[in-house]
Amino acid sequence: MSDFTPTIRAFCCHYTSQQTCAEGPEGLKQDGFPENVSLFRVPCTGKLQVSTLLQAFEDEVDGVYVVGCPAESCHNVKGSQRAAKRVAAVKKALEELGVEPDRIAMYHMERGFHPEFIAAAQQMDKTITKLGPSPLKGEAA
Amino acid sequence: MIIAERKPLAEIVEMTRNHENILVLGCRGCVTVCSAGGEREVELLASLIRLGAKKEGRKITVQEGVLVRQCDKEYVDSLDSWKNGYDAIVSMACGVGVNFIANLRPSTMVYPGVNTTFFGGSQDQGVWTEQCAGCGNCVLHLTGGLCPVARCAKSLMNGPCGGSQNGKCEIHSEVDCIWQMIHDRLERLDRKEQMLEVAPIRDWRTAGHGGPRKTTRDDLTV
Ligand code: SF4
Ligand code: SF4
Repeated sequence: MSDFTPTIRAFCCHYTSQQTCAEGPEGLKQDGFPENVSLFRVPCTGKLQVSTLLQAFEDEVDGVYVVGCPAESCHNVKGSQRAAKRVAAVKKALEELGVEPDRIAMYHMERGFHPEFIAAAQQMDKTITKLGPSPLKGEAA
Repeated sequence: MIIAERKPLAEIVEMTRNHENILVLGCRGCVTVCSAGGEREVELLASLIRLGAKKEGRKITVQEGVLVRQCDKEYVDSLDSWKNGYDAIVSMACGVGVNFIANLRPSTMVYPGVNTTFFGGSQDQGVWTEQCAGCGNCVLHLTGGLCPVARCAKSLMNGPCGGSQNGKCEIHSEVDCIWQMIHDRLERLDRKEQMLEVAPIRDWRTAGHGGPRKTTRDDLTV
């Protein structure tokens, strides 16, 4: 297990990632953002469809997470609440597939809260490393 | 519209286990409106079937398609022009669609991807409630437009039953007693005396108790 490095896909909205991304990939790395987490920025997490999140698992990532605005103060009013519902739908789908629902998570945070943005990535990295490779890669069978 | 909801994934995976090339087929009619079997739901189910198979180490090809309707011959016939082969269809239309495919395509295996639940309407976003049971002999002119067949737990024609409490049904405490609602509505409309009319015993043959029903319109048949 110790030599397993998970592949993680993160979707974050423009607002929560603004400050973080201004630093560029090098800055992110220096701050401790795990290199195995690939960031996908979207104008609003409310735009994310369940199918986009499932596609990540079809693309054989081990974990997925979404970072959106605080539920009650989303820049686009209800965008991050919608995202949270879709993450919950994928959790349910993972359960139906007999896969750990913790392979997907939703984070809400204020825009530009740099340390928390890094911490979410690190926490997800830790969780998924512990869970091991995704059974949806079809390697177990 | 006809309301449906996707079957549990395990059930769908089980019924399609012996197929290697599946067409998940949606419908742009009611099931699109109630978000059970439209294009988006087809995309999701196809993805879930692929992931489920992959997890079990099974090879499977899942194609996605949507017909304008699955309850009309001409649209089902359009499946003939499907370029890629498939050895089974999972239909996400209501049961009518599944039946139509089975009727019209004698050698195609077809499975239901949804449970067809009722005729209803959207009460709130994401919430649907039953409104009509298709009884074939509508009595809404007598009941203020509110259906006792579909919306009374006992389908009483001369309600209420006497068990309703605080306007709620004695069978389901979270559901309004429809006979209370019928009474209140008729009263508001100054037609309360309609409640005193005793409905005769009903002939339920029109409701399907006389076997499968059929409608023929001479003016439309050539
Ligand atoms: S009386 Fe019959 S046809 Fe009329 S709404 Fe009720 S179930 Fe439908
Ligand atoms: S309480 Fe009202 S809705 Fe419920 S069974 Fe009795 S009459 Fe029908």
